[in-house]
Amino acid sequence: MKFSYYPGCTLKTQGKDLDIYARKCAEALGIDMEEIENWQCCGAVYPQSKDEIARKLSAVRALDSAKKQDGKLLTLCSACYNVIKRVNNDMKNDENINLKANNYLKANGYFAEGEEYNGETEVIHYLEMLRDTVGWANLKAKVVNPLKGVKIGAYYGCLLLRPSSVLQFDNPENPTILEDFIKAIGATPVIYAMRNECCGAYVSLKDKEVVKKTANRIVNNAKANGADMLITACPACWYNLNHNSDGSLPVKYLTELLAQALGLI
Amino acid sequence: MQRIGVFVCWCGSNIAATVDVKRVAETLGQEPGVVYSADYQYMCSENGQQLIKTAIKEHGLTGIVVCSCSPRMHEATFRKTAESAGLNPYMVEIANIREQVSWIHKDIEEATVKAIILGRTAIAKLLLNTPLTAGETGVTKRALVIGGGIAGIQTALDIAEAGYEVDIVEQRPTIGGRMAQLDKTFPTLDCAACILTPKMVDCAQNEKIDILSYSEVEEVKGFVGNFTVKIRKKARYIDEKKCTGCGICMSVCPSKKGLNEFNMNLNNRPAAYIPFAQAIPNVAVIDPEQCIKLKTGKCGLCSMKCEAKAIDYTQQDSFVERNYGAIVVATGFKIADLKYFNEYGYADNKDVITSLELERLMNAAGPTKGTLLRPSDNTHPHVITFIQCVGSRDISGCGKPYCSKICCMYTAKHAMLIREKYPDTEVHVFYIDIRTPGKNYDEFYRRAVEQYDVDYIKGMVGKVYNENGKLMVQGSDLLSNEQITIASDLVVLAAAIEPEPSVRKIATLLTTSIDTNNFLTEAHAKLRPVESPTAGIFLSGMCQGPKDIPETVSQASACAAKVIGLLAKDKLKCNPCVSISDDSMCIGCGTCANVCPYGAITYVDKEFRLGGGKTEVRRVASVNEAVCQGCGACTVACPSGAIDLKGFTTKQIMAEVEAVCKR
Amino acid sequence: MNNEQAKIISELSGTNAKQCMKCGKCSGRCPMFDSMDIKPHQFVSLIAKGQTDKLLESKSIWYCLSCMACVERCPRGVAPAAVIEAVRESVIRVQGQNQLKAEDVPQFVDPEFPQQILVSAFRKYNR
Repeated sequence: MKFSYYPGCTLKTQGKDLDIYARKCAEALGIDMEEIENWQCCGAVYPQSKDEIARKLSAVRALDSAKKQDGKLLTLCSACYNVIKRVNNDMKNDENINLKANNYLKANGYFAEGEEYNGETEVIHYLEMLRDTVGWANLKAKVVNPLKGVKIGAYYGCLLLRPSSVLQFDNPENPTILEDFIKAIGATPVIYAMRNECCGAYVSLKDKEVVKKTANRIVNNAKANGADMLITACPACWYNLNHNSDGSLPVKYLTELLAQALGLI
Repeated sequence: MQRIGVFVCWCGSNIAATVDVKRVAETLGQEPGVVYSADYQYMCSENGQQLIKTAIKEHGLTGIVVCSCSPRMHEATFRKTAESAGLNPYMVEIANIREQVSWIHKDIEEATVKAIILGRTAIAKLLLNTPLTAGETGVTKRALVIGGGIAGIQTALDIAEAGYEVDIVEQRPTIGGRMAQLDKTFPTLDCAACILTPKMVDCAQNEKIDILSYSEVEEVKGFVGNFTVKIRKKARYIDEKKCTGCGICMSVCPSKKGLNEFNMNLNNRPAAYIPFAQAIPNVAVIDPEQCIKLKTGKCGLCSMKCEAKAIDYTQQDSFVERNYGAIVVATGFKIADLKYFNEYGYADNKDVITSLELERLMNAAGPTKGTLLRPSDNTHPHVITFIQCVGSRDISGCGKPYCSKICCMYTAKHAMLIREKYPDTEVHVFYIDIRTPGKNYDEFYRRAVEQYDVDYIKGMVGKVYNENGKLMVQGSDLLSNEQITIASDLVVLAAAIEPEPSVRKIATLLTTSIDTNNFLTEAHAKLRPVESPTAGIFLSGMCQGPKDIPETVSQASACAAKVIGLLAKDKLKCNPCVSISDDSMCIGCGTCANVCPYGAITYVDKEFRLGGGKTEVRRVASVNEAVCQGCGACTVACPSGAIDLKGFTTKQIMAEVEAVCKR
Repeated sequence: MNNEQAKIISELSGTNAKQCMKCGKCSGRCPMFDSMDIKPHQFVSLIAKGQTDKLLESKSIWYCLSCMACVERCPRGVAPAAVIEAVRESVIRVQGQNQLKAEDVPQFVDPEFPQQILVSAFRKYNR
């Protein structure tokens, strides 16, 4: 199975581990991740203002290039997933944004005459690919190094889950996909209430004290419920939970653990 | 040739301000067949009606057109007027120039032209009208009440009191409904069972009332005054006539894993059980999903121990068919599903409960024998937080758009009872608005605040989560503009209520209407609140909208009064606008019988003379005029054009269409 | 709406503040509540009243994480986060209102600081 893949800015730099292990694991699982050409940063945050077009164009271009391949765009970074899927929803359902974005891409020559993009591409997160294309049972069968006895707290944060009406990724208050993943690699999931609370995001640039509160709240709640470590799919969460908490819980990318379980490291 | 009179009403300024009524009267006066036209301020008034009567007599009118409001308002009035002046009431046509013209147009010229067109249309139809005579049908002097909660019980008791027979069909093994599950009732705090069970006993003892418990309505035929209803009596594997309600089967039954529905699934019950001590009928039932004998063929302990020999593992569902003059829907409510409200942790935490579950935890006959213990560890909760409006007033798609109405009062009740019985308990209530209209209601709520020290917090909860064995309730305190977190031992959700789901099927069986929230629709929201739009179908209790007990009982009695009014009549006038089939054109295809929602059409073999002494026998449609409701479905479906609707013949409709299109 | 700016903000947000029933669930859920001078529910309330002056001066707009917790759970289908974003946009779209200078960034970051946060911050603080 082949997927067009959108890595995003951080996965080429500080979040390299998230990307490298994802590709290695995919290969081992028989999934072909083909990086789309000439992708640009998604912008990292979805612009909510109704008149915002320009900041959504890089997502539209990525979506369009996947449309021209096999109609599916695989993402891994939670922010890319959030932004691209929400922009895709706009292209499908918001006439105003659709019209203006298409006009813009025609005017600057990106689109040839008669070409347009109307939300046709399916945006898929790496976890959804594991669940729906590989399958948990299949994944479990391929695990050579099950993480027995490791108690892992799944950290979803905000970007994977909300707004659920658009993302439709999982139950926004009681998600299960990461827990299912944790079970598949042989570890034990720890359910804790703060797994869907925001880590503090970009505020950590200017006000670390505030983010220390949000990050510690998450880490403490996970610890109180018995977690030995946290996993995430988001480089911002990874950073905030690692560097702005008291550091009492290791925080890892989910792909790193997957690679470990599959015996790739 | 007909002599038609046209009467144009001003309806004060309702019509006259937008429609040039004089011009309408004058123009229509010129129409062929019209010999008289007039306009008047209020045609429905005594004087207006007199004007019509005089004109009928003086001008020898054979039919009249009244240009006025909707026929729903005054068609009956003007038919009576015409009848009293010696005219057949079906020689009256109404042109609706108020709802369809003056109320929806601003431009006088436009409105006047449209009023003239509608008047002309009515005239075109009237020219083809023929006098019709309404037949009569009898009334079966027996009522059916669907649902045996407090609403159904009260309606049945009142109808029986008036001397008519009533059957209560209840889907559960006992009557009593939701009220039987409650502990105390607001605003007087008397115990629900103490005031309900005497009424249940009254039902059982009243010889006019027959209770069909563990039964469901399967099929409904007929019409007002003459319904035929098929009722499924579900197999209870117990002979109702033999069972003495001794309860031995319950105590010997080895299967004890069935969820106790009466206790909101907070504990378990045996497979053979009586839902609660005061159940009516006091007869056991065997749950086939849990019974070892029924599932594996081995066991039979209850049968061995039953002295009355009432156990019958071979029992099957059985059916009874009965005739009724009126049907009352009293199907009640349930607690709405909380699956979209995971932020309150209901699914994950045993100690997050609904208010109805709390009722059972506080009830002496409940799983904790009336001692308030939290479900997770059976300890006494010292901090209890209530959250109101869970799923009510919610237009996000997760909940119900309406206010559930009863929650503010029962939450105040719970808070007060807990503080009274366990003064060491801290009670918090998150509320958005407190809604306590009702006699002694606000006083009741204030007592909770002022006398019982219940902490009312204006604001909503954003999240409930478990931390170190406490339920952390994080929410807004809007009046102090703070975000607060209350470490609680028990969280009680005032979950939205919704109509009992079986009401959808029942509404379909009764061909009556249901709104977007699955509440049954009244015939008129203000003036006919206990009748459904379908004649002979009445509404009692929560099936029509959220209500507390006092309101439910009032409505149930009002409903009974309407039923009694119907059953008191010996004859009902039928609608003469019914279908008629032309034998010479009918090809006997059966299409009309298939589309008829009332089962009014049957097929008969009829002998026809062919001339020359020859005859032939053909199958043709035959309409039962007493059953036909005049919906017209058959006239549209008939491929040969043999069926027509009296008073609304195809010719009349086409004449109307032509008149509308004519310029 | 009695104020042109309120109307513009309201349109930018795409949310109907009049649907709010003032339950405060948004503020009950907000992870940044303590850092906000004007709380999420007040944004909705003030925009409905057309009182934009306070909103435009609020420091809350630099703290809202756009985590959508308030939007997700609003029983009335209102999006407080979208109102806050619309106010923020109204501030930064004015000449000279950018909050973050590129030359200041090095002092805030360490070697592991992810690009994602930098990009987000520039999007949130600057035009």
